[in-house]
Amino acid sequence: MEDTDLIVMWGSNAREAHPIFFHHVLKAINNGARMFAVDPRRTSSAAWADVWLGIDVGSDIALSNTIAWEIINSDLYHEHFVAHATSSFDEYVESVEHWTLERGQEVTGVPAEAIKQFAHEYATAPTAQLCWTLGITEHHNATDNVLALINLALLCGHVGRYGSGVVPVRGQNNVQGGGDMGALPNRLPGFQLVADPDLRGKFEKVWGCTIPHRPGKHISLMHEAMDEGELRALYVIGENPLQSEADAQQMERRLTGLDFMVVQDLFLTATAEIADVVLPAAGWGEVEGTFTSSERRVQRVRRAIDPPGEARDDIELMSMVARAMGYEWPTPTAEEAWDELRSLSPIHGGMTYQRLDESGGLQWPCPTEDHPGTLFLHGRLWEEETGPKAPFSVVEWVPPVDPLSEEFPLRLTTGRRLDSYNTGVQSGRYPSPRRIHGVLDLSPEDAVALGVDEGETVRVVSRRGSLEAPVRLDRSLRPGLAFMAVHFPDDTDVNQLTIDAWDPKSGTAEFKATAVRVETLVST
Amino acid sequence: MDIRNLLEGPTEVERGAVDDLLGPPESGWDGGHFTGLDGHVAYGGHAARARRNLLLPALHAVQDAVGSVSKGALGYISVRLTVPPAEAYGVATFYALINTRSRPPTLIHVCDDIVCARYGADELKTSLEQELGPAGGAGPGIGWTPSPCLGQCDRAPAALTHTAGSGYRNFAPADAAGLIGLAFDELPTGLIHQDRNDLRLLRRIGEIDPESLDSYRHSGGYAGLEKAIAMGRDGVLSALDESGLRGRGGAAFPIGIKWRGVAAAGGDVKYIIANGDESEPGTFKDRILMEGDPFAVIEAMTIAGFVTGARKGFAYVRGEYPVAERRLAGAIDQARVAGLLGPDVAGARFEFDVEVRRGAGAYICGEETALFASIEGQRGEPRQKPPFPTEKGVFGKPTSVNNIETLVAVLTVLEMGALEFAAIGTERSTGPKLFCISGDVTRPGLYEVPFGTTLRQLIMVAGGVRDGAGVGAVLVGGAAGSFVDSETLDMELTFEGAAAAQTGLGSGAVIVFDDTTDFGPVLRRIAQFFRDESCGQCVPCRIGTVRQEEALARLAAGSPLGGVAEERQRLDDLALVMTDASICGLGQTAASAVQSAFRLSLPGAAR
Repeated sequence: MEDTDLIVMWGSNAREAHPIFFHHVLKAINNGARMFAVDPRRTSSAAWADVWLGIDVGSDIALSNTIAWEIINSDLYHEHFVAHATSSFDEYVESVEHWTLERGQEVTGVPAEAIKQFAHEYATAPTAQLCWTLGITEHHNATDNVLALINLALLCGHVGRYGSGVVPVRGQNNVQGGGDMGALPNRLPGFQLVADPDLRGKFEKVWGCTIPHRPGKHISLMHEAMDEGELRALYVIGENPLQSEADAQQMERRLTGLDFMVVQDLFLTATAEIADVVLPAAGWGEVEGTFTSSERRVQRVRRAIDPPGEARDDIELMSMVARAMGYEWPTPTAEEAWDELRSLSPIHGGMTYQRLDESGGLQWPCPTEDHPGTLFLHGRLWEEETGPKAPFSVVEWVPPVDPLSEEFPLRLTTGRRLDSYNTGVQSGRYPSPRRIHGVLDLSPEDAVALGVDEGETVRVVSRRGSLEAPVRLDRSLRPGLAFMAVHFPDDTDVNQLTIDAWDPKSGTAEFKATAVRVETLVST
Repeated sequence: MDIRNLLEGPTEVERGAVDDLLGPPESGWDGGHFTGLDGHVAYGGHAARARRNLLLPALHAVQDAVGSVSKGALGYISVRLTVPPAEAYGVATFYALINTRSRPPTLIHVCDDIVCARYGADELKTSLEQELGPAGGAGPGIGWTPSPCLGQCDRAPAALTHTAGSGYRNFAPADAAGLIGLAFDELPTGLIHQDRNDLRLLRRIGEIDPESLDSYRHSGGYAGLEKAIAMGRDGVLSALDESGLRGRGGAAFPIGIKWRGVAAAGGDVKYIIANGDESEPGTFKDRILMEGDPFAVIEAMTIAGFVTGARKGFAYVRGEYPVAERRLAGAIDQARVAGLLGPDVAGARFEFDVEVRRGAGAYICGEETALFASIEGQRGEPRQKPPFPTEKGVFGKPTSVNNIETLVAVLTVLEMGALEFAAIGTERSTGPKLFCISGDVTRPGLYEVPFGTTLRQLIMVAGGVRDGAGVGAVLVGGAAGSFVDSETLDMELTFEGAAAAQTGLGSGAVIVFDDTTDFGPVLRRIAQFFRDESCGQCVPCRIGTVRQEEALARLAAGSPLGGVAEERQRLDDLALVMTDASICGLGQTAASAVQSAFRLSLPGAAR
């Protein structure tokens, strides 16, 4: 990141939501890297950009396709890379042909000149990093959004090279590790497909059990299964779905309708309060194990202190649950559990605890103990033998599900602030001088039009629910765009308003695009 | 760059002053009115942040217009330059001449430094206090404040006035009535008391019209550049080596080596800086050169650009020198018109141009790395060396910083020839040298003598000690220098001779005290000066200068902490720590004069 020539921050306010990652971005900028920000709001991250493209919410694919057409039309794409390492280019070209600069400007709101500048600079930069976060993925068409960005990287050969890549910035220190360990509905640890009988057999032999051959459900399918009465019991580990999921009223009905719910967490969250059983978990300084960062780097975590009271680490809690169910599980050490993983997951095979300790962290794939780890994943695309070609994906722009109307004329989007974290379970417990509590951010122009002052409490109404919140004026918003943070579900529960329309491919809900109206409260 | 805009906005006058400098805002994000377009695109980033170096000029612009920099104006400047307001405030408050609180439209700065204090500053302050109220007060239309040395020591007492909307003016010798009525003419540059036929560096001062390029050329101006171009880069560098010319700003670094370093440095962006931030108490030579011979400074900078490959120069002039600033700016304009600056200098296919930057009342900015920070729009705090400026100077690029006198001496080398130049003075200190003589002599002023002249001879050139008195001591090198007493008057004024006498020539300031002098107040004023001018960045200097002043005050009050011997020991310890551990020359020399006074047991020193 520090050595790249150009950085795109697309749908990512990393300055506030990923401040450590943003330090690396700042180093790059200090080294001379140029930066483009794509975001409906001119966030504190976008304020660092050489050019900020203020798109209309949910028009990301339109922008990406327009950029692609400008690059192709100006003959700036990486012909060698496209021919050598990709497939479906012709179909892709055909699919973006009608995305002229004029149409792009019309749909996204971004001036054609700025779109053109992005296209030309991204295509001609020697190296470029394309980074995104929830502004891309919290949409009903999240996967298509991601594919649209990957198309741009493939078009310009900005993958698999030092300083060039696609960077989905992870929201937590170990989201990557969770996926790596198989916390995905269709994968076993090490991204091995559940559907593959040979792979399943390998695990079954070591685990001494039969693994269901059908993939499990992602969270949005679980919601449906709860609605249909198919899913009756829930084991929640380190999540607060009562407050973190879209359309909170709906979610409360689902959770309270279950026969049985277990919550395993560091804190007594709102979800834990309505659970049948709560298992107190240990925190990071109290456990042994590993974390895996966004760059696939596995690092050791060491126990500094013992967990307080009855809290236990997750391995011990799960072993105890298994024994209570009648299975004779021992409680393995973290290293024993890790060594079992290494024997089953080829990408982790070479990472002994000793090597992790000595190196300070290794990046997978690292199949053998003499393997140095892998700096970037897609270097193969530049080699003589590329292996499977990287396909372009034809993606069409579809507007947000919750349409604006006369009744609901404002587009509300959500996000985080620097001092707070998700639903506030962790960060809400201490005071912060920087904290902006649950407020509705409005553009100064909209506040004037609505006749409301800063600090005045208003009612925000969507097609699903309403809440009251004080108004805060925010220059980073243009007229028609409103913003709320997700951190204060106890005061201003923004998920009363959001829509749970979700992406069929990833299961992520459209937190970022809600149609609302603002009503003034008549004082009596 | 988490910019939190201040609630107050600028007034129309403040906005106009900033916009005159920066141009009108390009968008709502740039401080203009928000339009629909601003909701969908913003340009900024590197291009916007690259204007950070205009922060001090912007502060000056507002202060010049309205007398102070209000919160609203500061906020507007911050938005225009993408500088967080807290940082902009840090820069604004760093400089003595920038007011962040409102003040009367006219402010009088009264010098009460070493020399002026002996020649009427106290009486002047008393008169102003009677007429205008206490210092720093917000009188109806005019206020006053004491000031460190204003560089007019040859005509003490000195004052500087600033009037919102009309600018700075010098007045010396100043009187209260003239100051309050603003009834004084622009000062002449300063008398040259020597026979011009003997002079090299000063030969044009007072002889030519400093505002006329023709006048400069008639007196041989720009022959040096012509000769340099004919000699070529290497030819000039060899000549400078042969001449033995060493820097006249205090560090005595050979200029040939410095220019060669920048010439050899990689990259195509390099800078030449003329250091006209002359602030050492007792020093006024560079002011006289800049005021009286401004084209010479620009010509020498152009030669530096030719030799080193730098295409841009900064002439950094202390804020208290309005005439020097104006004359340099005028010289640059005329040189551009004549094709002597610009994309193709003198038809010799090299590019060079100069920009004038005005200081704002900070002694430390004369230190070369602090000067870089000041030009870049940062607080003027010195940086660690290495890296040296020839490698990483202003904006991180190879830079040659040269004292004004050194630059003018380069022209002398080219004019005379290197060997003839080297024949003047001693083997290690070559050429003519300027000394600023002030204090108790008959004819205070600027004098040019060959290196090797003795201190006694120099004092005689200035007419000897006033009223036939004897020499009590001489402070050589200004506040950062050392005292020598009447036993040492035969020291040769050379770099090596000064070192042998446990002093240094420094900036060429020579302040003479007669044999009736009580040195107690002099030392306390010096200590006060360093406490006030310490940038506060490093601990030894920030705290050491305060403790030194306190100890001297206790000695003067007759209430030493633990006895006189213990106070003396404490002062010695402080001196050692500051000299050894300070980042820059300010802290390293802050105890020098005090220590030398004790060493010589000057009258009143320990009281």
